[in-house]
Amino acid sequence: MSEIRLQIDGQEVKATEGMTVLEAAQSAGISIPTLCHHEKLEPFGGCRICIVEVEVNGWSRHVVSCVYPVAENLVVKTRSEKIDKLRKMILELLLAHAPDSPDLQVLAKAYGADKDRFEKDASFCIHCGLCVRYCTEVKKANAVGFVDRGIRKEISFIPEIAAKECHSCMECFPLCPTSYLQAVFVLTEALASPSFSSDSEQINEK
Amino acid sequence: MAQLNSPEELEKFRQKVVSKRDPNTPCISICAGAGCLASGASEVIAAFKAQIEKEGLKTDVVDTKETGCPGFCERGPIVVIYPEEICYLQVSPEDVPEIISQTIKEKKIVDRLLYVDPNTGEKATHESDIPFYNNQKRNIIGNNIHIDPKKIDDYLALGGYSALDKVLSGMTSEEVVEEVKKSNLRGRGGGGFPAGRKWEGSRNAPDEPKYVIVNADEGDPGAFMDRALLEGNPHSILEGLIIGGYAIGSHEGYIYVRQEYPLAVENVNIAIQQAEAYGFLGQNILGSGFDFKITVHQGAGAFVCGESTALMTALEGRAGEPRPKYIRSNIKGLWEKPSVLNNVETWANVPLIINKGADWFTQFGTEGSKGTKIFSLVGKITNTGLVEVPMGITLKDIIYKIGGGIPGGKRFKAVQTGGPSGGCIPEDLLDLEVGFDELTKAGSMMGSGGMIVMDEDTCMVDVARYFINFLTDESCGKCVPCREGLRQMLKILTNITEGKGKTGDIELLEDLSEVAGEASLCALGTSAPNPFLSTVRYFRDEYEAHINEKRCPALSCKELISYHIDPDKCQACMICFRKCPVDAIDGAKKKIHIIDQETCTKCGTCFEVCPSRFSAVQKISGEPVPAPIPEDARTIVKKSKEK
Repeated sequence: MSEIRLQIDGQEVKATEGMTVLEAAQSAGISIPTLCHHEKLEPFGGCRICIVEVEVNGWSRHVVSCVYPVAENLVVKTRSEKIDKLRKMILELLLAHAPDSPDLQVLAKAYGADKDRFEKDASFCIHCGLCVRYCTEVKKANAVGFVDRGIRKEISFIPEIAAKECHSCMECFPLCPTSYLQAVFVLTEALASPSFSSDSEQINEK
Repeated sequence: MAQLNSPEELEKFRQKVVSKRDPNTPCISICAGAGCLASGASEVIAAFKAQIEKEGLKTDVVDTKETGCPGFCERGPIVVIYPEEICYLQVSPEDVPEIISQTIKEKKIVDRLLYVDPNTGEKATHESDIPFYNNQKRNIIGNNIHIDPKKIDDYLALGGYSALDKVLSGMTSEEVVEEVKKSNLRGRGGGGFPAGRKWEGSRNAPDEPKYVIVNADEGDPGAFMDRALLEGNPHSILEGLIIGGYAIGSHEGYIYVRQEYPLAVENVNIAIQQAEAYGFLGQNILGSGFDFKITVHQGAGAFVCGESTALMTALEGRAGEPRPKYIRSNIKGLWEKPSVLNNVETWANVPLIINKGADWFTQFGTEGSKGTKIFSLVGKITNTGLVEVPMGITLKDIIYKIGGGIPGGKRFKAVQTGGPSGGCIPEDLLDLEVGFDELTKAGSMMGSGGMIVMDEDTCMVDVARYFINFLTDESCGKCVPCREGLRQMLKILTNITEGKGKTGDIELLEDLSEVAGEASLCALGTSAPNPFLSTVRYFRDEYEAHINEKRCPALSCKELISYHIDPDKCQACMICFRKCPVDAIDGAKKKIHIIDQETCTKCGTCFEVCPSRFSAVQKISGEPVPAPIPEDARTIVKKSKEK
């Protein structure tokens, strides 16, 4: 793997080919906020909070650092008035769903995001996809997935798989930046097998 | 049918096909495109066949042909009779015996089926005499009317597959790419990316195998040009695709077609089978050593799959979501391999460019946009249909010369181009020359060629709301700026049209547009704010009227208008009284009618049924409804009753 040198926030950073800008920044101790990123998972590029400015051949543009590959002499800016403005609104849009999420609150403070800028929406899910991708890519269980599309998109457990897999795992719960995931699971459990939650030991014995 | 194994065999066969056709034998061509079929073309076709059989006419006396769409959908079913090229419009099965007895047997014209110019009253006998057609330049769609899309021989008779022959027998792949580059053909699907450069990138990419793909996932509301080409002349697209495959070194092509186009799917599958049987697809095509196969993939109804990376993800068998990739798909596309994806119309241009040369192609159009472009002209326009025009023609010429202007004496307000994420162009820009860069500069885009004409009754805020609503449904939901940004934009726009707009809403919409435009994952998201941005750019006063005065200037937004019966005009005819579905109208014979505003649901029925000679029902917006007239003033006393 050949070594690549790039510049992030004025600092020279060494990276190897195939790395993303986010990985290069993290390796140099430069912090870029993320929500849908997880080191064990393939880059998703969904939350867009890790957006940065890159300059290529004199042209600058905004890209998401979790996907954008490093390149020789690339010039990256991780903060600017514009970047902060974009991140602030992304946070405000997500806070309309999950105003009490600790992860969002920390970032909201850093970027001055107003949790009440938009009308609240009933669902807590911010569609980071961590649970879905962890279940698919790491656990290879496919017990939870996305259903529908656009503004009706939701996460849902597949009852037949969840009934078999989830009780012994539940590794996705701590990944969820909101408390939504657990709620969905409890609901699925209740619908799939009414006796499940009240008497789960019995089920496990069978 | 034996395979054609060499250029010589192809030419010999073509001669045989042509020689069997006597150009002087009468031929009745009936459009069997989706538009005419919807207007009853299949009954007309059946009636012609039955009548011909009934009269015992043999095929050397008269032939029939079910063709592709010539574009004048407004006046379907369309019948053209050759060799005289007599064009009959809105033909019904009842007209058929007369056409046979008069035109075929007696060589006389059936006058009432001809096109009548609404301005001059003059009749036009031939297709080429009709302004709708003679102001077009129909390089691509012009062949539709001459071809039965289910018969490959029809395509061959018109010189079909000669471009493929030319490429395979005498051009290197570099030469093909060079010719396409020289033509400056830009992608007809929306982006306008130069096709030649895209091809060159793939050709030079080291990875194998490579793929060529037809994007036939035409999903823009009101757009149907790709549909007409696939349904009407499928071999031209296959030929373009095979040439593209040869040019970049690909042996596998895909046609991604939406399943909502059953006739296109059927015709393209038949075309592939025929091309395989003739040896235009398969191993060692025309003895050249080049192999190529095509697979048809049906989309499952997601608009976002028209986006290139989402389309490729769907082709791979996964949910059609765009990929967050910063490497172009011509380098890493389908299955991470170099893939050239072009739209139907782009591919259809390729055989023409190869056959006639890049210099021929570049004589049409402007500096930045070469060739012709098919638009689907719909909305408040006299001549609805498909029009093919040279790039650089003005919007005014398309709408007035070809489209025949706005029906019903209404005033033109705007034309929406480029599909849902395009923009609205106002009246004072009607002299704009149509081209990729010109439309983008005006805040809209070429898109795939949708053109929706709007008149004075259209509310521009509501138009923005409509398209944003479409996009919230069709967003894949993966990235925040698009999914959440559109969700909020729709809420705000809906509020404005319902009279719940607040000061600051326009600025908030502008902020949301900026974030979606800058930070979204794919082109659907980055262009999604366009319906708002272009309407607020040209019609900001309408937004302000909705928000500040709770007034809809177009008198269209239901929550902001009231219906009122003008007591001076009401003749107490009882029509609206009877038709009102919620009994909101009080009245009787000789008693002026009054609408109870509390009960009224603003359905508009009274407005529509009030006889135009009275025009007593009015729409009011932004001001209070006048108080009902006193009971004792409601009796109508006829001033002079003449017998």
